[in-house]
Amino acid sequence: MTERSPATRRTLWLVLSLVFAFLYIPIAVLVALSFNQGGLPTVWSGFSLKWYASLAGNAAILSAALNTLIVALVSTAIATLLGTLLAIGVEMRRQYGSGLEALIFAPMIIPDIVLAVALLSFFSMLDFTLGLHTIILAHVVFNLAFVCSVVRARLKSFDWSIVEASADLGASAVTTFRRVTLPVILPAVVAGALLAFTLSVDEFIIAFFTAGAGRASTTLPMQIYSMIRFGITPEINALATIVMAVSITALTLSQRLNRGVIGQ
Amino acid sequence: MTATTLRGRSLKTSAIALGLALALSAPAAAADLVISNWDGYMAPDAMAAFKAATGVSGEVVVHATNEEIMGKLVASGGKGYDVVFVSSPFAEVLNNLGLIETIDHAKVPNLANLYPEAAKLPHDVGNNFSVPYTWGTTGLCYRSDLVKTEPASWNDLLAPSDALKGKTTMLATDRWLLAAGQLAKGYSVNETDPAKLAEVKDLLISAKKTLLAYDDTTFYSKLVSGEALMVQAWDGWCNYGIAENPEIKYVIPKEGSDLWVDTMVVMKASANKDAAFQFINFMLDAKNHAWAAQNIDYKVPNKPAMESLPADFLAKFPNMSMPVAELVKFEQLRDVGDAQRDYSKIVSEIKAAQ
Amino acid sequence: MNSYRPSRSSLLMAPALAWLTALMVVPCALVLALAFFRRGIYGGIEYSFTLENFGLVLDPLYAGIFLNSARIAGTATLIAVVIGYAAAYAIAAAPRRWQPVFLFFAVLPFWSNYLIRTYAWIVLLNREGLITQLLRWFGYTGEPPSMLYTEGAVIAGLVYNYLPFVILACYAPLSRLNPELAEASRDLGASAMTTFRRVILPLTVPGIAAGAVFVFVLSIGNFVTPALLGGGRFQMIGNLVYDQFLTANDWPFGAALAMALIAIMLLVLTAQALAADRAAGRIAQAKGGADD
Repeated sequence: MTERSPATRRTLWLVLSLVFAFLYIPIAVLVALSFNQGGLPTVWSGFSLKWYASLAGNAAILSAALNTLIVALVSTAIATLLGTLLAIGVEMRRQYGSGLEALIFAPMIIPDIVLAVALLSFFSMLDFTLGLHTIILAHVVFNLAFVCSVVRARLKSFDWSIVEASADLGASAVTTFRRVTLPVILPAVVAGALLAFTLSVDEFIIAFFTAGAGRASTTLPMQIYSMIRFGITPEINALATIVMAVSITALTLSQRLNRGVIGQ
Repeated sequence: MTATTLRGRSLKTSAIALGLALALSAPAAAADLVISNWDGYMAPDAMAAFKAATGVSGEVVVHATNEEIMGKLVASGGKGYDVVFVSSPFAEVLNNLGLIETIDHAKVPNLANLYPEAAKLPHDVGNNFSVPYTWGTTGLCYRSDLVKTEPASWNDLLAPSDALKGKTTMLATDRWLLAAGQLAKGYSVNETDPAKLAEVKDLLISAKKTLLAYDDTTFYSKLVSGEALMVQAWDGWCNYGIAENPEIKYVIPKEGSDLWVDTMVVMKASANKDAAFQFINFMLDAKNHAWAAQNIDYKVPNKPAMESLPADFLAKFPNMSMPVAELVKFEQLRDVGDAQRDYSKIVSEIKAAQ
Repeated sequence: MNSYRPSRSSLLMAPALAWLTALMVVPCALVLALAFFRRGIYGGIEYSFTLENFGLVLDPLYAGIFLNSARIAGTATLIAVVIGYAAAYAIAAAPRRWQPVFLFFAVLPFWSNYLIRTYAWIVLLNREGLITQLLRWFGYTGEPPSMLYTEGAVIAGLVYNYLPFVILACYAPLSRLNPELAEASRDLGASAMTTFRRVILPLTVPGIAAGAVFVFVLSIGNFVTPALLGGGRFQMIGNLVYDQFLTANDWPFGAALAMALIAIMLLVLTAQALAADRAAGRIAQAKGGADD
């Protein structure tokens, strides 16, 4: 795609500018409103941090944020471990049926609402008490699939003969893993973990269905949903800004650690 | 590099193990009682006052709608909750499902404060499984400064004048949505005859074309902002609007209203039933119940409480002074059993209609 | 050689596969089973076999909701694909070193909270919202247009939320496109439009298909966007499933609906795989031709 007429080039730049405007204006508006004293989208009444201050004093939001952090950290940890092992196992074997592929792919494509009602029925039938732990169990399902796919992408170019060589030199399987495999895949593992963390922090539907009673298992997205449903309060804008900043930081880190994660 | 990373990793692993142990360990709430109520449906200091009076601590969790808490209760068998606030038809269903406890009248002496009518409500004569907390009507809430003629009929909402088109909302909750159509047609709010229900459906589908939205959580703020000019509303919730803008008024259409009753029920799965009854008794105390009424702007079925309400409060919200005898003339929504599936289907049909 | 032993790889895969089996396969199988039972009178499940839930899915009402959801999801998909493809094309045409940066910023919003991105549209679209204010500022005095709680609002929300993925999916094949192919086509006298239609577009079909499938599947099962931006006036399959489980207490019917949703998803995925296969054939052909 080389020489282009100036007119074509102008058109392409115009397309890009419009698309970026479409993508970023709604977000920019929320961020701007979060600093608006009056809090209303109607008038700019001066710069203020008061909505952030009122967030800091909102016990329900703080407890929801803590719950979200617990869910995201624990589910990410489990998913990273299981997803990485899965990726190595799959790539080591190389020959796998389409059934296995489908099973690993399914959590990424299954509609959230279906997984949500399936888990709700399952937990309810087993007479499980719903709570943060059930959200964690559920989040690991899709998180491990995402971690696995990121790590697998890295392993595609992995030279398994080094593993062989290491084994031939008498290293145990564990040593080989620590000294040979892990250093190669570590950036992908961390990137996968950050991706999982981001997904878990933002996930709403499955958490909504698998959460138990009350504040003890209300996550931030659930809190945001109920705030939106109960009317527009300016606190949401401040909360939205913070949540976006956190996800964007995690994603940027993930991208830098493993070039092109999002491209896969 | 590898060695330090690995040390970091094992540290991380133990941190993970610890976190896991923490998260999976008893998800139990710290409070003695878990009470599920609508957001803002009791005095903000009620739990502190309850704790001061009895030493029992309670955590209030909120549900947005009856349906939402019903879904949770049915899915979990009621585990995790002690006292739940639900509207009467849902209390009936919970009772039929065997999820709620019989009210032990000996432990709730303040039941004596209820109006005699509130002890004979058709959904639960004698308050066997539910205790009424608030009651009232469903009618039209509107901006008297922006609506030219005072609405008088459900048809003013269902077939609005041109000025109101696109500026009305109806309740999203199945039963109350249908009730507007049933009342407009002059049918019972518990009508199950398919032919009559079909008429109601057609009426509500035609009404949908002029509707801004179905809304049962933010309709009063839409009135205050002017996004909507006339909404189907519960009387107390209209009062929230009146509190913010005195031009907002409430009227019961000439075809009538339902008599809705929000009740307190005790879950069978509760591990702390005595405390649960203690809580209900506390809420029924004349002073506490009056304080609740003043905080949430809803009528309460408590005689001494209602009689103690200050005059300026009653003047501000005219519908608070509605005589009990008039109120109980209206029909209650009842659980319709097998017909519920027809009701759900009709509501789906209305909401899917173009 | 012993590190390749299948037994070892099975051991590595076992925990994850066990997790997926216990918490995805079994629950989904359970939902499938639920769909064959009856709803109890007061909700709950009555364990007697029936096919009536699947019959109900085919009832004109619910089939109509399926069609309507498919129409809304399809419209959102079409718009997202057109905009996303144009954006991906523009990115692929940008100077090489800028491409990753543009791509990164195109995808970034996708990773911020879905609810928040949807909420932003309430702020923009409501009658007293930002767009109305802007119109007034420009001197518009009439009745503000009603934009929120319309089908347009629902579609805008879906397009906005899923657009980044389409850009990503379309960018991949566009960036790999061999510039010589387009040149050859032009040398042979084809117009820019013909080159695009006959050469570029067919070669990038797999990307379009992947993006389209993603948007379609996520849109048709969505319940948050219709609930928040549609004001409850639009019923999509996602809402219907939600309602059966959390409102109507009709789990068996909700289960049948969920299974129908899965069936649609499988159908769409199969179609995508077929489209990708055909495109792969064409690409192989094109490559063979270019080598000559």
